[in-house]
Amino acid sequence: MTEVMVHPSQVSPLRRGITNALHSREISIFAVLVLVVVVATTKSHSFLFSHDGWRDLLLTPALLLPLAIGQTVVIVTRNVDLSVGSTLGLTAYLTGRLFVDHPGLPIIAVFAIAIAAGAGLGAVNGVLIAYGRVPALVITLGTLYIYRGIFLSWAGSDRINASDMPKSFLSLGTRSVLGLPMLTILAAVVVVGVAYVLRNARSGRELYAIGSDPDAAGLYGLPVSRRVLAAFVVSGALAGLAGVVYAARYGTVSSGAGYGIELQAVGAAVIGGVAIFGGSGTVWGAAIGAFLLVTINRALPIVGIQDFWQQAVVGLLIISSVALDRVLSARRARQLVEARDQS
Amino acid sequence: MSEPEPMLVLEGIRKSFGAVVALSSGRIAVAPGSIHALVGENGAGKSTLVKIVAGVHRRDAGTFRFRGEDTDFGSTAESKAAGIAVIYQEPTLFPDLSVTENIFMGRQPLGAWRRIDRSAMHAEATNLFRRLGVAIDPRRPALGLSIADQQIIEIAKAISLDASLLIMDEPTAALSGVEVERLFAVARSLRDEGRALVFISHRFDEVFALCDQITVMRDGEYVSTDSVSETTVPEIVSRMVGREVDELFPKIPAHVGDTVLEVSGLQSAGTFHDISFSVRAGEIVGLAGLVGAGRSEIARAVFGVDGYDAGSVRISGRPVPPHQPRAAIRAGMAFIPEDRRKQGLITESSVARNVAAVIRRGLTRGGLLSSAAENNAAGPWAGRLEVKTSALDMKAATMSGGNQQKVVIAKWLATNPRLLIIDEPTRGIDVGTKAEVHRLLSDLAGQGMAILMISSELPEVLGMADRVLVVCEGRITADLDRAQATPEVVMHAATSGSGQATHALPDVQGVTA
Repeated sequence: MTEVMVHPSQVSPLRRGITNALHSREISIFAVLVLVVVVATTKSHSFLFSHDGWRDLLLTPALLLPLAIGQTVVIVTRNVDLSVGSTLGLTAYLTGRLFVDHPGLPIIAVFAIAIAAGAGLGAVNGVLIAYGRVPALVITLGTLYIYRGIFLSWAGSDRINASDMPKSFLSLGTRSVLGLPMLTILAAVVVVGVAYVLRNARSGRELYAIGSDPDAAGLYGLPVSRRVLAAFVVSGALAGLAGVVYAARYGTVSSGAGYGIELQAVGAAVIGGVAIFGGSGTVWGAAIGAFLLVTINRALPIVGIQDFWQQAVVGLLIISSVALDRVLSARRARQLVEARDQS
Repeated sequence: MSEPEPMLVLEGIRKSFGAVVALSSGRIAVAPGSIHALVGENGAGKSTLVKIVAGVHRRDAGTFRFRGEDTDFGSTAESKAAGIAVIYQEPTLFPDLSVTENIFMGRQPLGAWRRIDRSAMHAEATNLFRRLGVAIDPRRPALGLSIADQQIIEIAKAISLDASLLIMDEPTAALSGVEVERLFAVARSLRDEGRALVFISHRFDEVFALCDQITVMRDGEYVSTDSVSETTVPEIVSRMVGREVDELFPKIPAHVGDTVLEVSGLQSAGTFHDISFSVRAGEIVGLAGLVGAGRSEIARAVFGVDGYDAGSVRISGRPVPPHQPRAAIRAGMAFIPEDRRKQGLITESSVARNVAAVIRRGLTRGGLLSSAAENNAAGPWAGRLEVKTSALDMKAATMSGGNQQKVVIAKWLATNPRLLIIDEPTRGIDVGTKAEVHRLLSDLAGQGMAILMISSELPEVLGMADRVLVVCEGRITADLDRAQATPEVVMHAATSGSGQATHALPDVQGVTA
């Protein structure tokens, strides 16, 4: 036992932190985001330097951010939640109806009710998946249509207009504090909160363990079903929050609200380095991925890329980020194996 | 020495999975402050017994007392909470997470606000590794760790649990001598603290060096318990093997013809090294060794499912390109994998479709495949192998393990192979059907087929094989004739570590790629 050498203690925490950060997936995605903003700004100065440009840059992702974060929590456990777009639509409409039917209700109560409703819809997914042992893809594809169907039959041809909602609520969508839009601050709080839990709480780490190897998690005695259920509840609640954000930001809610946005949420998470097979990825990455996805959609017309190609560029971004992950992880696994053979 | 109250008592434990009885009367009594060895051949029911104690499986019948109380664990969380730590044969780690997180998952040290205290966690992991005397970076991910390192992590996990009963299911199978010594030092210190340990191993030198008591199991039944000081290795081995090897495994001597398969210098980083052997027509060559030694990996590389880094594979003198199962099939190879439900059968399809799966191409008419053509092609094979099925359109999933295996064999026989590679031919098959599968293999060899058989059941290897190759830690450590191959010799070669072939390899020396 002479050569006990546990290497990391020889590296200072600061240096290790910097090395890790520089090698992280988040940094490289952030660099791409910066690049997109710089290129768009050189084409048109108002992209960044006008008041509206600055506000849109920060405000537009506020809707996708909570969804991408919720999606990350679910994907980390090796599941997926496709129903969030319909949940968003339902809760956005619910928000409008609450203002119409109960004019005196405080805004904070509306937030709470919409989030709780989203959590309830998420719990339905979670129970079926965690306890019914049905693949998440199938269940949430089903609830995607069911929730949308409930929304359609409830709303009919009715729509919520800006005039139905109080001014103080709608101003949330336009107000800024210290140059930062309120809704973006709200989304940022969610990002920080969920990131903290996923990194620092036992339950958060268990989500990663479950996604990394569900069988091992069971053998280990982790409460797999409970944690998976909780992940879906969180995803639903965040979709509920996104519903309120939608109502505040756009002022109108029609039956098409949130249509197809679930795929953007999955795309944002994947671009941000959240492995689709679970077990790895961070909320930060997904948040930057959401920013990048939204910003690239706004930047491409400015750069002069035709409508037709804009969708394709997003697709290319998703595929290339997954391909990059594959290549890097294969190379890393190979290095680790070879290092073992030599020792 | 007065008799202390046993920590763990199991009596008359029964457990069956479907039609297969894994345990018919499991029994063990482990005293605190002792290390108890549990030995038996593969399939004797040791792992099932362990999994019942761990709460993975529930027993069908029998008494289970832990610390004097009747117990019935419904989950691994319950057994863990009661103070039982288990190190399984296959390490159960989370590859994406760091080594430290793997050790402390679910019970990480917490700081203020129930925040995980990472520095305390790392310090504790470092301490654990220092105590075990190993150099593993606690911050690296578990991905890519060798089996030995994974095993060390499992041990660290169990130790950090502060369990009163620690069960180790073949913890040393992949460890080097130094690592084993360290593990034993730790195990002894745990024993001296008054904990009870159960140690499952195939290495008798280790069992006798470490353990106080030894319980033998065979075919799901308890055989005997002795104090280690009052018994000997040959005595234990004879109890383990128990039956006359030949009666169950009828191998008819066959005329051995030309060399069919020639493997030389096969190598794959991290899994196997310098593998050279040959199989001749009419010969059954058994590939023996411990679970995880690399036998299946070698077979998969020969057939081309996996690639390899160096070496060559030849069928009747002609080279077979690597990593191309199709080319291997064309060259006359057939491969029956270990896990027939997952890899050998399309369980949701009919028997006929399964049998015709590999020869599909020859049955098509204008690119279309009819059920009639499939039935016509499958009928004779199913009949020859006595597949017990009411109709050829029955789903494979509803059949017993033995009949499923026959379907898989039929599927490959329909391709007219010259070489049959079969991995664990009788795993999970009841005794009666086992004999039928064995007779079938013997017949095929008699008709001039070359057969490479991988088996973890020693009597099966010894009874069936004309020649036994023993694999240990990714290398062939022995090449034995039928006459030389005794349980003791094979066991010794399977556990003795790399680098000491007990027999030269006359057929392949000088043949290089």
